[in-house]
Amino acid sequence: MSLAKPAMRGLLGKRLRFHLPIAFALSVVAAAAFKYGVTEPRKQAYADFYKQYDATKEFNNMREAGIFESVRPTGK
Amino acid sequence: MLATRALSLVGKRAISTSICVRGGHGVAKVDDYALPAYFDRRENPLPDVQFVTELNAVQKSLKEKEKGSWATLSNEEKIALYHISFKQSFAEMNEGTKEWKSVIAGMFFFIGMTGLVVLWQRKFVYGPVPPTFESEWKEKEVQRMLDMRINPVEGFSAKWDYENKEWKK
Repeated sequence: MSLAKPAMRGLLGKRLRFHLPIAFALSVVAAAAFKYGVTEPRKQAYADFYKQYDATKEFNNMREAGIFESVRPTGK
Repeated sequence: MLATRALSLVGKRAISTSICVRGGHGVAKVDDYALPAYFDRRENPLPDVQFVTELNAVQKSLKEKEKGSWATLSNEEKIALYHISFKQSFAEMNEGTKEWKSVIAGMFFFIGMTGLVVLWQRKFVYGPVPPTFESEWKEKEVQRMLDMRINPVEGFSAKWDYENKEWKK
């Protein structure tokens, strides 16, 4: 019934040496995933939208729909 | 004064087990719950008292043998000595109970009761919802949102096909 003496010191250091690199790596992965999964597509979507955007045409469509109070639709 | 002086001369253990004489007024009975107790706790591994208070003959002889070299003790004797001082082993005291089943059952029960109360409230307490929830109103609301080009890049109006006047596939 002789068991080995358990580790009495350095427990926190051992845990940190194991977990901190993993935590750091996972954080970097999470950040990279968010950047390339969310923010880059979003930036691209906005760029594509405004490449073909005609502000005057959109304004006139909105005006005809009757949502503005300062300019009524043409013909009224 | 004399009584406290006398008490300080007596050993610490004896104070708790002897009767308390205060100021010549008489004897205060010491109840069981006021004495140091034995309990199995992981946070407090060495309780104030041994588990077995009155040793029988075998245990007394074992305690005498303990005063010598421990290398002469067999494994069974060591276990017997352990059981004199402690009731449960750490493995026994740490094992979980089946209490979680009652907890989950209670949770479901009370969630169900709350559901019944909510249904009753819907029927008998609350008045009708505002007119803004009717289908006609909602259709006009959606049309106005599309006219205003709400979130045209990635959100609401981005999903509407303005040329064909229908939702994008």
